[in-house]
Amino acid sequence: MSEATTQNKEYSVIGRSFPKVDARDKATGRARYTGDIKVPNMLYGKILRSPHAHARILKIDTSMAEALPGVKAVITAKDVPSTMYGISPARYDETIFAIEKVLYVGDKVAAVAAVDDETATKALSLIDVEYEVLPPVLDPLRAMDDDQPQLHPQYPRNISVEIHQNFGDVDKALAEAYHVRTDTFSGTRTSHVPMEPHAAISKWEDGKLTISCSTQSPHYFQYHIARVFGLKMGDVRVMKTFVGGGFGGKLEASGAEYVSAALAMKTGRPVKIVFDRWEVFTHHRGRHPQHITLTTGVTKEGKIVGCHARFIIDGGAYTSLGIASAYYAGAMIPLIYMFDDYRFDGFRVHTNLPSCGAQRGHGAPQPRFAFESQLDMIAKDLGMDPIEIRRLNARKPNTMTPNEFQVNSCAFTEALDKARNISGWDEKKGKLSSDKGIGIGCGGFISGNGYAIYRTRLPHSGAVIKVSEQGDIATLYTGAVDIGQGSDTVLAQMAAEAIGINYEDIKLVTADTETTPHDFGAYASRQTLMSGWAVKQAGEEIRKQVLELAAEMLEANVEDVDIDRRVIYVKGSPDKVLPFERVANEFFIMRGPLVGRGKYAPPKLGGKFKGAPVGTSPAYSFAAQVSQVEVDEETGQVMVTDVWDVHDCGQVINPMLLHAQVEGALFMGMGEAMYEAMVFDANGKPLNANLGEYRIPTALDVPHVVSDLVDSYEPAGPFGVKEVGEGATLPTMGSYANAIYDAIGVRIYDMPLTPEKVWRAIQERKRM
Amino acid sequence: MVTEAKTSVKRHIVTLTVNGDEHVALVKANTTLLDLLREEFDYTGTKKGCELGDCGACTVMLDGEPVNSCLILAVEADGHSVTTIEGLDQNGKLDPVQEAFVNHGAIQCGYCSPGMILSGRALLNRNPHPTEREVREAIAGNLCRCTGYVRIVEAILAAADANS
Repeated sequence: MSEATTQNKEYSVIGRSFPKVDARDKATGRARYTGDIKVPNMLYGKILRSPHAHARILKIDTSMAEALPGVKAVITAKDVPSTMYGISPARYDETIFAIEKVLYVGDKVAAVAAVDDETATKALSLIDVEYEVLPPVLDPLRAMDDDQPQLHPQYPRNISVEIHQNFGDVDKALAEAYHVRTDTFSGTRTSHVPMEPHAAISKWEDGKLTISCSTQSPHYFQYHIARVFGLKMGDVRVMKTFVGGGFGGKLEASGAEYVSAALAMKTGRPVKIVFDRWEVFTHHRGRHPQHITLTTGVTKEGKIVGCHARFIIDGGAYTSLGIASAYYAGAMIPLIYMFDDYRFDGFRVHTNLPSCGAQRGHGAPQPRFAFESQLDMIAKDLGMDPIEIRRLNARKPNTMTPNEFQVNSCAFTEALDKARNISGWDEKKGKLSSDKGIGIGCGGFISGNGYAIYRTRLPHSGAVIKVSEQGDIATLYTGAVDIGQGSDTVLAQMAAEAIGINYEDIKLVTADTETTPHDFGAYASRQTLMSGWAVKQAGEEIRKQVLELAAEMLEANVEDVDIDRRVIYVKGSPDKVLPFERVANEFFIMRGPLVGRGKYAPPKLGGKFKGAPVGTSPAYSFAAQVSQVEVDEETGQVMVTDVWDVHDCGQVINPMLLHAQVEGALFMGMGEAMYEAMVFDANGKPLNANLGEYRIPTALDVPHVVSDLVDSYEPAGPFGVKEVGEGATLPTMGSYANAIYDAIGVRIYDMPLTPEKVWRAIQERKRM
Repeated sequence: MVTEAKTSVKRHIVTLTVNGDEHVALVKANTTLLDLLREEFDYTGTKKGCELGDCGACTVMLDGEPVNSCLILAVEADGHSVTTIEGLDQNGKLDPVQEAFVNHGAIQCGYCSPGMILSGRALLNRNPHPTEREVREAIAGNLCRCTGYVRIVEAILAAADANS
């Protein structure tokens, strides 16, 4: 690719820590999130949700709610399309309201629109629903048993998806291995916990539906909402407002959009729905709890020869994005270490609990925790240093995984070495006092998905840049979605670099299905690479047009003319210069609008086996994370004091934003490692669907974090970029578990690493 | 002053100063300060995150002290002075805490930022030179899911330095 030729170029705009384009709006309270917006004549919508985990709906009486003054509409399943929706193709299994049965506590049953929030809430309490309560399926390990109730008629034995992938000859590899271990691990149902709850405002005007909402993908919302309501996509406009965090939970349309749209259609008035915190938790779509059994074999020297991974994954009530999650669980295991023989058997099962979907790192963090833990146990069995065994097996650049993921750039070994150095590993490992420990965990992740979620020939990203008539500013139109991670800023930097103007010159119009070119949105760590390619191409098209005209104006050869930060010059002739705005202005006068266009579609990637597309990507990031902990043996309390993260993420566009991504991802990994788990009573009712009892880390919990990088350049990325936003979530759980083991010699196999578990494990050890 | 409305909930007239300006409103007895600010006065920089006092997104300063406005009734704020995020910058010039949040990359999704900035401002008002631990304690009631607090702590400490 021609990119390689620009690898060592000095950049003017990228590589610099500009403040985020929207930071001042957010710091002053000017930024309006969906819930902050009021439109004239607006009604307030509320959703009535099931109090039962599994029940048949016998009768719904809405008459009392309808009679309440101020109530403008009450709707149930009979008032809305019964079209099944979802986001995993071939597994559409949700409807706007439950039709016959409710499948989890929180399932949507009815809704109201009223003149104010209080009236809407009161109206909900006046809807009378008669249920026949059914026994729920709550244990994923028993969900497939014959005696268990069935959730969906179309999924026998509650099996959502069954996966068997086999590469090479694992049985032979394990039979010939010097040492083989089988260990079982489990993770929990953690949730994204965006600070902003899901929200949408729908308008229905003259046959057109316009939805402003908190979304990670206006495109997927538009696609699915149009399909469910039987509208042309052009009659559905989805506009992102400011988004207060997503982390995967706002990738698919929730009840907020579907129900507010249905209420707007019924009343002819705009309807706003904002979830409360309980609804955010029960809607969920977060981490799947996975039960993971790994059998891994190594040579005498510690070289991994084969691995067999088995999963039972709790999917909750509906499919959501769970098919992809289940495939990711196994697909990402062979990414960071090199071995040829790999088998992956998985079952995603339905339970009458909140539906699981995509959360930062998607299906990969829990299996990575399992693998990193087991690799440390193997190292101990062989008497090896944990970093040494990782170096020995670390993936090398320009290699292919057994499941046919092509890895181009890979500085994983360098990341391991740097993590070892900056953490002081050699001085600490085995030498810390008895209550302290140090551990390593690693990870790697995709830089965008090789295939869209549904089958389509659309490119994954498009961009248009329009330079103003005066040539003073350029407006970037992109469908890329900034949910706080900073894509607007990074793409503005890339646009400015590609054109040859300044960061401040770029204005943005983003994430609106009507005004911006198609982009699949914020998920799979895809935008810096994929949206970035489209933006770079659009910027270069402008540069080319400007330089061609400038060459004419300067009476020079076009190949001798270049531009840097708005100054157009002739190489070798320092007096022959023109300001960008003069040429751009002349362009408009002579030729009309100065516009650049770009698109990106990934190359054909991956193998031909079933499920091969999941995990394919143009490029992969790698990371090594060392953690240091202090354990109180009396209480089991673990304090993580220090974390050193070293990332291989290609060329950095904005170092400040990049490190902020690492810190945030690492902290989400820490929450999952130490505190977070949704818990339910014996009837499937959530016990901690609030921020007091579902504990995410606070400012007092966070260790001292050092985020560092290794030199890296990715030929498949624009300017050499790769992902960072999700990858740093992956190593954390394993590195904490390994550090705890180093401190006190106890191994915890199930998340989270609570004081009680650590204390019990210490007692167990003492008895032995 | 108390009036009886059609519903059984009593309504009260409250007078309070918000960002230096006097505001008068007729509120129900159960209206929170958060809803009064957002719904009646349109100060939507004050965010709603949990309505239980857990997340701190709705933090405002009440007579200079940071409070969760979802836990304060509008009637309790009667006669008091409230500062919301909209009242922090003066004539378009950001408060040093706001400026530090922008320049240190302490803002990602921004939903916790108004409350976080006000907690930081309140801290610096009572303690112009806090330690890192004191900063962490001051924002322990403000949850952030994006940043790991690393740059938020840095920004508040930087704003404190800018004070001196």
